[in-house]
Amino acid sequence: MAKTLSFNPDDSVHAFLTTIPEVTYGEGPLSGVTVAVKDNITTKGIETTCASKILKGYIPPYDAHVVTLLKDAGAAIVGKTNMDEFGMGTTTENSAFGPTLNPLDKNRVPGGSSGGSAAAVGAGLCDLAIGSDTGGSIRCPAAFCGIVGLKPTYGRVSRFGLIAYANSLEQIGPMARDVSSLSKLFSVIAGPDPRDATSVDRPYSHEPLKKIDGLKIGVPEEFFGEGVNPQVAEVVREAISTLESLGAETKPCTMPSMKYALSAYYVTCTSEASSNLARFDGVRYGPGLDSPKSWHEAYSEQRKEGFGKEVRRRIILGTFSLAAGYFGRYYQKAQTARQMVRDDFERILKDVDVIAGPTMPDIAFRLGEKSDPLQMYLSDILTVPANLAGVPAISVPCGRVDGMPVGLQIIGKYFDDERVIDTAYAFEQEGV
Amino acid sequence: MEERETIIGLEIHCQLDTRSKMFCGCSTDFRDDEPNTHTCPVCLGLPGSMPMVNKRAIEFALKVAKALNCAINEESEFSRKNYFYPDLDKAYQITQYDKPLAEWGKLLIDGDNGEREIRITRIHLEEDPGRSVHMGTTDRGKYTLIDYNRAGIPLIEIVTEPDLRSPKEARKFLNKLRATLEYLNVFDSEKEGSLRVDANISLKGSERVEVKNISSYKGVEKALTFEVTRQRNLIRRGQRIARETRHFVEARGVTTSSRSKEEENDYRYFPEPDLLPLRVASWVDAIDLPELPDARRERFVSQYGISSEHAKTLTGGLKLAEFYEAVAPADPALAATWTADYLLGELNYRDFTIEAMPRELFKELITLVKGDAITDKSAVEILRIILDAVKEGKEPERPQAIVDRLGLAKSSGDQVTQMIDEVIVEQPAAVADYYAGKMQALNFLVGQVMKKCRGRADPGHLNILLKEKLDKKV
Ligand SMILES: [Zn+2]
Repeated sequence: MAKTLSFNPDDSVHAFLTTIPEVTYGEGPLSGVTVAVKDNITTKGIETTCASKILKGYIPPYDAHVVTLLKDAGAAIVGKTNMDEFGMGTTTENSAFGPTLNPLDKNRVPGGSSGGSAAAVGAGLCDLAIGSDTGGSIRCPAAFCGIVGLKPTYGRVSRFGLIAYANSLEQIGPMARDVSSLSKLFSVIAGPDPRDATSVDRPYSHEPLKKIDGLKIGVPEEFFGEGVNPQVAEVVREAISTLESLGAETKPCTMPSMKYALSAYYVTCTSEASSNLARFDGVRYGPGLDSPKSWHEAYSEQRKEGFGKEVRRRIILGTFSLAAGYFGRYYQKAQTARQMVRDDFERILKDVDVIAGPTMPDIAFRLGEKSDPLQMYLSDILTVPANLAGVPAISVPCGRVDGMPVGLQIIGKYFDDERVIDTAYAFEQEGV
Repeated sequence: MEERETIIGLEIHCQLDTRSKMFCGCSTDFRDDEPNTHTCPVCLGLPGSMPMVNKRAIEFALKVAKALNCAINEESEFSRKNYFYPDLDKAYQITQYDKPLAEWGKLLIDGDNGEREIRITRIHLEEDPGRSVHMGTTDRGKYTLIDYNRAGIPLIEIVTEPDLRSPKEARKFLNKLRATLEYLNVFDSEKEGSLRVDANISLKGSERVEVKNISSYKGVEKALTFEVTRQRNLIRRGQRIARETRHFVEARGVTTSSRSKEEENDYRYFPEPDLLPLRVASWVDAIDLPELPDARRERFVSQYGISSEHAKTLTGGLKLAEFYEAVAPADPALAATWTADYLLGELNYRDFTIEAMPRELFKELITLVKGDAITDKSAVEILRIILDAVKEGKEPERPQAIVDRLGLAKSSGDQVTQMIDEVIVEQPAAVADYYAGKMQALNFLVGQVMKKCRGRADPGHLNILLKEKLDKKV
């Protein structure tokens, strides 16, 4: 029997782009649990815009696989959350519909690109949220808003229905106020899907354990290097000591490929994005132009009007990287660098079970603080390696600097999301 | 001046006759349906949708690769070919680029100077885009409708080395390829738009010209013949041949230059991140190839004792070969002659395929010819009556019924002898002329007997009979 609940949040942080005032839900492990869904995940009958003007008014005729799973589990999907347009940003300031604010300090950003989902959970507007993580888009806002967020192993959650920004990097993942709830949400959305050829038959049914006796933790020196706020580094080092006090062993290590990671990431994601976003030409979605122009002119006008500045910048960068004569120097080289990142993880994770470090080099920025795109890109340095390699990574709150939360990032082996979750759980149970 | 050698290479796109599309479950059987009724989020390229590979399409492509003696690559890969066009809903086509399914094959054809091996460069899989229908004529009234029913139909692209030496050879290659694909049961040549060809053509020592947009078998020979003449004329006049892309305008039988900006694309190929690499080389062992055209031709010669030339014609299409095998029991030699030398011409004249001819009726006709019950002339008449009835959508009469109705039965020996006697009595003057040595008189007398039997006798045979009779009287 379907039940309903009313959803009228006091959304003073602008977490939601769409809310559902009367939500229907069913029976199941998440029966009646309120879940917010990032606006780049298609929801049948509910406007889905990716926070872009170019998709304004687009009502998908189908549900993403995770949305189907959530509905089947009885979840009450209460709305669609704000984000950086098409996921391109680290602050949720790049939304065509205005920024989301950090619930802990409204002069600061919530992080991004899943900033709306993190803020909705952080502000207590809903119980759980779904985000997507291309280069840190779940972990960064989780860290900035003081909640837990997991980027699962690539392939563990179906991407069918996730509006692609960079297919080879991104994963849908759970966001919650504590590790147990996150684990419960993850068990609903993980598993294979025949409609996503890259999905893998690795369902998740695990109760978090706090026993981490003998767990080996690698601590890469690059995660505490230049550009990392020393206060943030200090809080994270203390968190790692807490894990040691629980029986874990730490081991210093190095990730030389880190110096290529950002370039490899930005070349790969912009290349894929330039192709993914080409379909938004005004013929099938968006406001549309009804002028007797040649279709070339109509396309450029539509795309110039419809996309925000950062999206246009990344499309141009990606188009350039794939162009004849540049492909070898950019896209292909990025794939080589990407392989080096994978090799580094593989090597390190032979000796240790997980890798720990800060999620973000700093605490939540002030609104407008990162106006230079390059400065903004640099802040992704600690999160992109896990996406380049496809390994699981979680961010769990581990303390505060200047009153703002700091995230501890735990990165694990392929399909060892369970251990990553356990480590976060052990810390959460002890550290708070 | 000696004529320069013609060098032709082909790129052939064939729709694979699978039941569902290349990357989704939509049905491919859309030709009688309304536009945009065979679509889903995947083939419409809706945001968030993802492709899943149709296993049958891969099996079909592997069959073709095996039949064309290709090497199957251990690992092949799908790539995106990026370009903007309204009927390309994702703004990229999923195709194969630097890692195709198969490479280095060959196909034996009956070339201009005997049998020749044409090398196949590569075979790869891809999806068909949608279809644009341009409406309106004036610039202001122009608009375009888009039908995505075709979007996602599986295609294979077969690329040849530049081994063909004349437009006629190109056509022969295509005919052989079509027959092979039909025998493999992966392709339906009768479906509109199921085959499209791009051709590269050059005269030795000159630049290469690409002719795009050829969508019929006959069009290939026409377009290439036009190009050969055009290029020869340019050279004769001392002009340079520009390296360019030209379009074939089927209605006018000419190629036109298409140096518009739209053609100058940088497709920015890169690996399709939503699909895993294909590792299907091992599947090929499990594929049992059916009998292919060359093997069937040899069998026809040995099993039915027909000429190699007839066998080649009769194995040129799967349905034709099956037709022959169904009617051969009536008399293999006569069935071969009557199918290859008479029936095909009559079908072609009416724009019919072999399926238009009811097999049972054709068999009956062969039996009548074999039993000497009718003349060849009558048999052709009967064939035409049957096909005309089919054309008018009527139930055709059986051959025997037509013989009875029109009195086409060949006159028997007794009747003919009687008629000869009658004519000799009735035409004393001509008989006298014959005895006087005027040989035309014999022809006149034969004509008179033919008139009496209304043509149902063999004139050559009559000639002999009459001569015997007259000579005996002396
Ligand atoms: Zn479809």
